[in-house]
Amino acid sequence: MRGGDTTPEELDTDMERPALEAALAEIWKTPEGMWGALATVDHKIIGRRYIITAFVFLAFGGVLAILMRAQLAQPESRVLGPDRYNQIFTMHGSSMMFLFAVPVMEAMAVYLVPLMVGTRNIAFPRLNAFSYWIFLAGGVLLWTSFVLDMGPDVGWFAYVPLSGPQYGVGKRADVWAQMITFTELSALAVSVEIVVTILKQRAPGMSLDRIPLFVWSMLVTSFVVIVAMPAVMLASTSLILDRLVGTHLFNPAEGGDVLLWQHLFWFFGHPEVYIIFLPAVGMVSSITAAFARRPVFGYLAMVLALIATGILAFGLWVHHMFVTGLPRLGESFFTASSMAIAIPAGIQIFCWLATLWDGKPIFRTPLLFVIGFIVTFVIGGLTGVMVASVPFDTQVHDTYFVVAHFHYVLIGGAVFPLLGAIYYWFPKITGRMMSERLGRWAFWLIFVGFNMTFFPMHILGLQGMPRRIYTYQPDMPWHGLNLFVSMSSLILAAGFLLFFVDAIRSARRGLLSGDNPWDAPSLEWATSSPPPSFNFAYIPVVNGANPLWEQRDVVAVAGGLRTHRRELVITTVAAAEPDAREASPRNSIWPFWAALATTVMLISSIFTPWAVVWGSIPIVIALIGWFWPKGTPEDES
Amino acid sequence: MKLRITGRRLRALVPALTLAGCTGWQSAIDVHGASAISLKQLIVLIMATCSVVWALVILALIFALWRRRPVRESPLALDPGAQRRMTAAVAGAVVATVIVIAALTVFSFLTTRQLSVAGGDDLTIKVRGLQWWWGVEYFDSNPELRFETANEIHIPVGRKVRLQLEGIDVIHSFWVPSLAGKQDLIPGRPNELTIRAERPGTYRGQCAEFCGLQHAHMAFFVIAEEQTAFDAWMRLQRDSAVASSDAEVTAGQQVFLSKPCAACHAIRGTTAIGRTGPDLTHVGGRKYIAAGLFENTRGSLAAWIADPQTLKPGNNMPMVPLAAEELRSVSAYLASLK
Repeated sequence: MRGGDTTPEELDTDMERPALEAALAEIWKTPEGMWGALATVDHKIIGRRYIITAFVFLAFGGVLAILMRAQLAQPESRVLGPDRYNQIFTMHGSSMMFLFAVPVMEAMAVYLVPLMVGTRNIAFPRLNAFSYWIFLAGGVLLWTSFVLDMGPDVGWFAYVPLSGPQYGVGKRADVWAQMITFTELSALAVSVEIVVTILKQRAPGMSLDRIPLFVWSMLVTSFVVIVAMPAVMLASTSLILDRLVGTHLFNPAEGGDVLLWQHLFWFFGHPEVYIIFLPAVGMVSSITAAFARRPVFGYLAMVLALIATGILAFGLWVHHMFVTGLPRLGESFFTASSMAIAIPAGIQIFCWLATLWDGKPIFRTPLLFVIGFIVTFVIGGLTGVMVASVPFDTQVHDTYFVVAHFHYVLIGGAVFPLLGAIYYWFPKITGRMMSERLGRWAFWLIFVGFNMTFFPMHILGLQGMPRRIYTYQPDMPWHGLNLFVSMSSLILAAGFLLFFVDAIRSARRGLLSGDNPWDAPSLEWATSSPPPSFNFAYIPVVNGANPLWEQRDVVAVAGGLRTHRRELVITTVAAAEPDAREASPRNSIWPFWAALATTVMLISSIFTPWAVVWGSIPIVIALIGWFWPKGTPEDES
Repeated sequence: MKLRITGRRLRALVPALTLAGCTGWQSAIDVHGASAISLKQLIVLIMATCSVVWALVILALIFALWRRRPVRESPLALDPGAQRRMTAAVAGAVVATVIVIAALTVFSFLTTRQLSVAGGDDLTIKVRGLQWWWGVEYFDSNPELRFETANEIHIPVGRKVRLQLEGIDVIHSFWVPSLAGKQDLIPGRPNELTIRAERPGTYRGQCAEFCGLQHAHMAFFVIAEEQTAFDAWMRLQRDSAVASSDAEVTAGQQVFLSKPCAACHAIRGTTAIGRTGPDLTHVGGRKYIAAGLFENTRGSLAAWIADPQTLKPGNNMPMVPLAAEELRSVSAYLASLK
């Protein structure tokens, strides 16, 4: 460590370990009580909150799915009317995409990435706190409006003109558009934190070729978020302008263009799929290595495949628009690019298969979910190849075939790995194991229920059943399969229920796990379970890609950090050589106030554009409070 | 355990692929139009290829999981020979993927080129998509011979028909899977679709782009007939409505023209010229009413007029209060408009 500057304060190297841990605990702690809860900037507390909140939205979205299946079990059923049904499918899609899938992946990264790279907190920890409150506010806004019967009813991609001022009456589409602003804001904030954490805060020695694959996947994902999200914020803001202040950006009668919405939305919307899928890929790699008992085969190929996927993700958006009448040549390009993305996906599948082949698989619940992932995601990927073909797509676009396809990709490709990841990292987060017996039951119920629910939808789509219909007529040949699907969805729901029961029960009464119950190789397992507020008493030093397998007895550590203030090590981008000691901000209540002020401004702006003017004042005050020097040791430097 | 499950899934997959969508008059697999037939060939080809790929991946997975293997000292004690073989296997699989993907892309392009394109002399029909019904206009070089109908498109078998698709309010999508793939109707951006029915029959279509409350009830029918039957139908449609001299029908016409009905609906040959709702000149000759909601009978017409908001909640037809006698006569009048 550089120790050139004169520091009267004690260094960690001067202290015995118990005294050091006490000093670090004192400086990094989150106080008890309300103030502590609102002011904390500990990435683990915020990450845990994020994960739990996202899973609550998953449960809400799942209840909506069951309601939809109840309505569709019979032709011309009257369980739900068209108005409620349209709100419900919109809420289901919006909640699952914006309030569950993206945030939960970001949340896992908020918790895990600082631990996996061996640092003490995420970069910009106050921004991290802010992003959680903003995410929560967006979710509460959406669900409150739904309970008040003013939930959005225009589908999760809210096509204009249906969502525009003329056809989208009331405040429903405004609520949707503003919810987008909330969730995108929080996702962008987290992505910036993740990128900086990964590039600048890695443990000494963790050069680019030693970064765990999950961390690589989050790095690529975060860059995809940073490039993709502005497009949808632009789109939703334009929609709000059309609706609130009478611009005509999407109004063809005044020179606007309705297809502009689709381009902007899908330029974000397709990468969105990879924003959800890439972290899951990283989880699969972590689990596979730990349970196949060897490092993932083809590290370099895996990293290049991740990067290739992240780049290609931006060349596919038009395949959501194959039936809008775009020029043939353009469509052909997007067919080729959509097909091409199957290649990096294939590389990763082959590398995992090779890892399993060469390893010695231990069939615990996390690995079961990985196996379920391979079986189902390959189906989703192959139906993706199908819909990438323009002519094929003209028959299945906007039908239940596509509903089946993206549930295979999103549940098979992302939720299966996520559930595996929860079983895998639960002991690290809580210090307790989840039940292996319940885990197996949950896996089989979810795996069987999922396939029974979604596989028949391929057939329904080919039989001509469009998506987003609240009912169908008795003379259509769809009722048998629809009833079967509705019944099967109960099996799937039972599986999720069991998973929730297991998680809640195990958090209190699970067996104590110890630091590294799976004998896994990456750094998060080098500290205690759950980790202390400061993560690592000494910053670990890394000599390879699998530090805990390479240094069986004791992990090398670096010293030289001061203990009178929150401090962490900054390393160089490529080689991760120690570069500087950097202060990390203390707890602060101001991110909470800033989020509250932003929430008031954004929600009020649904009702009057003047809210943007007056609402900015409290935000400015909150930001001044946030950045005002408080004279703490962290302010030095 | 994994073996048993994958076997079950395989068995489930095979009949699913062969039987998929083999019934129905609105099916991408039960095809009767030129486009839909070549699309089905592509669908079957790609699905068969992909099923084989999936089966190979699953076989590799089963093999990888169940293979007997020596105990390894440490997770890092890797055998260099095995690593080389794995590199070769993965590289081979990636090359195979590239070849399969490239082949499917080429087949896709070929199918696109094969899909029929209309010539100048083909029958041209304009289809307008509205919340939640379809306006249909038959063009002719002689303006006298043009006419309008709704929710039912008659076409001659074996001839290319050019459909001009126009979204009036929000985006809709025109889809008759038994005849052709879908095409959107987008406000401000006219589209075209060419269809050709190979066999006579009634083919059901349905809006495929979510368009609001009654998206589920926005069906239409394409009725393919032999040329002579089609010509006869065209002649009938070009004529104005002829009200019979039956007293009830006459009374019904009076009700129709004096109540708000005429403000939204047109009946050629009368003073009703509204264009907000479907043209009703020959409504009695159509097979369905309310965009495929009911078969067209005098009873269903009466029920529909009496309470459209209960039968199709949110649609744009208001309930017009009518006495029982008025309801009877107006439904008799509409049913008589063959």
